Amino acid sequence: MSIDVITRNIPYLYEGFKVTLQLAAISITLSFVFGTIFGMARLSKYRIISIPATIYIEIVRGTPLIMVIFWIFFLIPVLIGHPIQPFPSAVAAFTVFTSAYIAEIVRSGIKSIPVGQVEAALSSGLTYWQTMRYIVLPQALTKMIPPLVGQFISLFKDTSLAYIIGVMELTRRATIVNNREYKSFEIFTFVALVYFVVCFTMSKYARYLEKKRRVGEDHRTEEKYTPANA
Amino acid sequence: MTSHQQSYISVCPHCRQPITPSDERPSLEVVQADSAPAKPQRNGEPIISFRQVNKWFGKLHVLKDINEDIYPGEVVVIIGPSGSGKSTMLRCINRLETIQSGRLVVDGYEISNPKVNITPVRAEIGMVFQHFHLYPHKTVLENIMLAPMKVRKIPQTEAKSIALELLKKVGIPEKAEAYPAQLSGGQQQRVAIARGLAMRPKIMLFDEPTSALDPEMIKEVLDVMKALAREGMTMVVVTHEMGFAREVADRVLFMDGGSIIERGTPEHFFVNPVEERTKAFLRQIL
Repeated sequence: MSIDVITRNIPYLYEGFKVTLQLAAISITLSFVFGTIFGMARLSKYRIISIPATIYIEIVRGTPLIMVIFWIFFLIPVLIGHPIQPFPSAVAAFTVFTSAYIAEIVRSGIKSIPVGQVEAALSSGLTYWQTMRYIVLPQALTKMIPPLVGQFISLFKDTSLAYIIGVMELTRRATIVNNREYKSFEIFTFVALVYFVVCFTMSKYARYLEKKRRVGEDHRTEEKYTPANA
Repeated sequence: MTSHQQSYISVCPHCRQPITPSDERPSLEVVQADSAPAKPQRNGEPIISFRQVNKWFGKLHVLKDINEDIYPGEVVVIIGPSGSGKSTMLRCINRLETIQSGRLVVDGYEISNPKVNITPVRAEIGMVFQHFHLYPHKTVLENIMLAPMKVRKIPQTEAKSIALELLKKVGIPEKAEAYPAQLSGGQQQRVAIARGLAMRPKIMLFDEPTSALDPEMIKEVLDVMKALAREGMTMVVVTHEMGFAREVADRVLFMDGGSIIERGTPEHFFVNPVEERTKAFLRQIL
């Protein structure tokens, strides 16, 4: 056990960490946007919109992420006739995959808003889109924060799968270091720790955000029964 | 939005006169009971007109050949046993429910025609629900200001002064910055009434506004509604509060099984009802 192998390779691994962060940040942003669109599409009263969204969501949810990564990296070039770079194809794969899960979170978040909220907003003269924007989505978002962050944490960890198609992210660089130095225990423990620290921070921040958004809205939750105050 | 504004200044289908809603809106001033203007008499065209309206929920025939005219300034109270279709009839007026046959004209718009955009009509109709449906993520003030700002495009400062004035009118100006969850049921319902009034509507719809309230809070809500009625607001009220119907209504409709069984002034209705079903209903509740 020597800490030395870590410190020596920190700059090299740090480059990989930056790629991991980029991969996660871009994929999270895109899948949040597309997930919201697909989630709303699935709730549409027009079947021409809801059915394709449902098919997409069900197909992706029934497919391993690694297959989506392979499919995009190896099959899209065949279809379009020229190869695509590992990084954009990894981003595309993560976006396609995570959007489906976020769509389901958005759908259940919207459906959890009582229909009376929508009726009150519509009857005051707001349009459907104004009702969504000012009444439904803000309330749904508060309820969606915990599952949403869970999904983002998953995605952050899953970016390590991008090493398979050659994206030089943290895990890939860790394996390269390991091949050079043969210190698996130290290297992979360190890398695992890095993933954990980031995920734990996200999870803590989510709790804070959720609490903050619930201010006023739901102050009675404080008085709810918990084993601690029983 | 433009299409709404265009259709908003339209021609009344009955009299072919341009509709100018802003002139007819009741003022927001706090009117004392004794200085209230005399009730307008039934005049001109009805503001709500049901003609042979039918509605089904699946196989259930919930509204049967409804014919009714409601005139500006009238307070119409709809009573009847639960499941009689009274709430459904009310909700048709702003198309929260669609009808399957018949003709329904509200404020000059033929809203039974699915091609007619309902949004500008809804802006002229305030609605108060049994369970309030205040927006829990917004303060009392924001609840009231939202529609005026987003639908009427009123600047924020003006919307705020309207909202504060209305809160004074419903008697809870000190709750402006509170969230709905911090208010009692009666206070929430009064905020809901203020929210409905903020659009300066021509019609206010009340769907069992006191049914979800604790007994001691019913009066505070009814008092606000009575004051509103005295100011000449056109009101359609579904309620079980017979005292309110007796005191405030210009007309009472009794519904049962999806039909209007009996209609008349409160005196007629509570003293000399004609129909057997009305008598049976009144015996049960009075």
